Amino acid sequence: MDLTVDEFAGNVGSSDPVAVVGLGTRATPSGNARVVNAPVGIDWIQPAEMTIQCGAGTPVDDVAEALAEYGQQIPFPPGGTIGGALAVGHSGIRRLAYGAMRDALLQTHYVGSSGKVVKAGGPTVKNVSGFDLCRLMVGSRGTLGFLGDVILRTRPISAHEQWFTSDRDPWELLIGLFRPTSVLWDGATTWVLLEGHEGDVVEMAEAYGLDPIEQAPGLPSGGRWSMPPSELESLRVAQPGSFVAEIGVGVVHHTSPRPPRQADPVQAQLHARIKGEFDPTGRLNPGVDVLTQI
Amino acid sequence: MSLDEIYAGHDVDLVEVVARIRGVIRPDQVRDGATETHLYRRDASTMSNKAGIVCFAESTADVQAIVETAAEFGVPFMARGSGTGLAGGAVPPPGAIVISTTKMNKIISVDPVSRMAWVEPGVLNLDLSKQIAHLGVHFAPDPSSQQTCSIGGNVANNSGGPHCLADGVTNAHIHAMEVVLPDGSVTILGGEEPEPDGFDLRGVFVGSEGMFGVATKICVRLMQNPPEVATMLMDFASVSDGADLVSDIIAAGIVPAAVEMMDQLCLIAVEAFIHAGLPVEQAAALLIEVVGPAGGVAADVARISELAKARNVGGVRIAADDAERALLWKGRKSAFGAIANIKPDYYLHDTVVPRNKLSDVLDQIYAIVKEHDLQVLNVFHAGDGNLHPLLVFDGKEPGVYERVHAAGRAIVKASVDAGGVLSGEHGIGLEKRDLMPLMFSETDLAAQADLRRAFDPHLLSNPDKVLPSPATCGEIHRAPEGAWI
Repeated sequence: MDLTVDEFAGNVGSSDPVAVVGLGTRATPSGNARVVNAPVGIDWIQPAEMTIQCGAGTPVDDVAEALAEYGQQIPFPPGGTIGGALAVGHSGIRRLAYGAMRDALLQTHYVGSSGKVVKAGGPTVKNVSGFDLCRLMVGSRGTLGFLGDVILRTRPISAHEQWFTSDRDPWELLIGLFRPTSVLWDGATTWVLLEGHEGDVVEMAEAYGLDPIEQAPGLPSGGRWSMPPSELESLRVAQPGSFVAEIGVGVVHHTSPRPPRQADPVQAQLHARIKGEFDPTGRLNPGVDVLTQI
Repeated sequence: MSLDEIYAGHDVDLVEVVARIRGVIRPDQVRDGATETHLYRRDASTMSNKAGIVCFAESTADVQAIVETAAEFGVPFMARGSGTGLAGGAVPPPGAIVISTTKMNKIISVDPVSRMAWVEPGVLNLDLSKQIAHLGVHFAPDPSSQQTCSIGGNVANNSGGPHCLADGVTNAHIHAMEVVLPDGSVTILGGEEPEPDGFDLRGVFVGSEGMFGVATKICVRLMQNPPEVATMLMDFASVSDGADLVSDIIAAGIVPAAVEMMDQLCLIAVEAFIHAGLPVEQAAALLIEVVGPAGGVAADVARISELAKARNVGGVRIAADDAERALLWKGRKSAFGAIANIKPDYYLHDTVVPRNKLSDVLDQIYAIVKEHDLQVLNVFHAGDGNLHPLLVFDGKEPGVYERVHAAGRAIVKASVDAGGVLSGEHGIGLEKRDLMPLMFSETDLAAQADLRRAFDPHLLSNPDKVLPSPATCGEIHRAPEGAWI
């Protein structure tokens, strides 16, 4: 890493408003907060443990490239930094099979509001030692602490993968195929990503009449909607082409921004108490409210 | 804060509390007789205490009414599932209100297309998978206690099980929970949707050992049943060859559904119990399961067999049918019962080490146990480095508990020193509370305490578990006053 977590903590300091930025792909700091950058660089890769430790400022694409040499990957969407991806907490379009990206974070040293370094989690793939501050950090958009370094769980890159299209109903494919990696649908066309042993992929594709294609479809970027997967059926009446929905997951990549929602008052109180405990002076990423801002 | 401090200034008359609760839920759901308070004094650990009042909740409204009363009187409360926990997480604080969720045992809804189900917390783990088997789906976490443990307890402990190697532990299988917070308010954490607004409070509630409130409805993720399953039993003349094969398999890019290890003493005990033809002459055996479509399963079996040869595997037995597979798994999951043939008592530990340290740490465990003049059986989730040394002894032997606990502490320390963690799936509870400083600094623990206080400002929900009191931070000491180990 280009700086230690302790040095990073020194940069974060303990009193003035401060914001952390990565490559600026996901968010830009607001107001007049001083800007800091998290450590960059890969500390180690342990292929037999399926783990990697790196600075939170390391680009996701650099980590992907380094892991590919060992036939491994992390379930992060491409682009930006590891810390930025974790701070936002959005999984990629392979969530249906890979699970949520948040589950990849095993351990982190983050810098708290007081400038102290806090360790959360542990280095092993299985760990229930104490309260799960890693889960709290993922998706908290830097409002509770700034990630310094992280240990991530990796997964093997499959022997074979192939995207397909189909004019079949996406729910029929979701039910029938064995653990497809992704099922996408825009109201007219269904796209499917299958992974595994090549013979199995070919056999499943033939059984369902899937047509191989080069790559995943482009995704609308006007808004990212989150819906219960059972409610995606309601999109049957939406204009085809205005969205690409992740079937079985519930993320909808839309041309329009997500409609605003009202926060539950009990949740709002709980969020305020957590923010009050972790950042009593409100100095970390000021202006960001994870509950009310999309 | 210690229990004494929690109780300071609270001269609570439980008779009044019982009367109040009997006014808000049916009187027959509330017990304060010696039989019930004694029965609910413990979980499956060797620790116990004394419950004050035992309430059998039947609905969210019941739980809410009980928690509101507890909050009003400042009395601690503790939710209890099946009481199968091994770390003392469900040992009641003295005089606490125990909220049993065993009667909240309904499967509320199942959506086999989106693959999720809403269940009440008292639903038993295996019952859920049995009830939905005809839909081609199952609930992945499968602790060895799955016949008796509850989903609510799985949530509290972030439980694991053999098949969590490929699919992840409980946290990865919970979409949402309806919870009663310690002030009596009710809310949903997480959601059926993939990206609910705000912090991942679902994620932090799972594994919070009952200290953040009570889950009253749980939305679980269901997994497709695999079309093909191959179950292999491989035996080895040396424990280290078996342990090293585990790392080889993972490094080769194969993540089996399960990789379990049993050492010789365990094989002997289990064989005497189930007569499955286990390789009792060998030092260790691995039970490996790969699942999925036929081509991938065959390729994985071939590759694993090849890797095993390079580690001097003895016999390779592949289950011919479901009956043989069930027998091999019965052997694994009934290991803890089988040890009664050796000694009447056991103490089961739970630590995790990096896979490549399995062999070293197992050697250390054998040395530690010898030094303390005890016997150990090892039966564990080798695939994720999750050790379960089972110390067997006769509790009637004078001084034996001191030796058992000294050996246990040495094993935990050896695991953490090897780059591991205190617990992989049993949790911290009371058992390892005071060992937390082995892994976390005062600053780390203070952050965990901050999170707990945000959920439970008055520290009434299952107090005195998980976090050592500040006064004892940095030192290791014995279980809290009032508990016996």
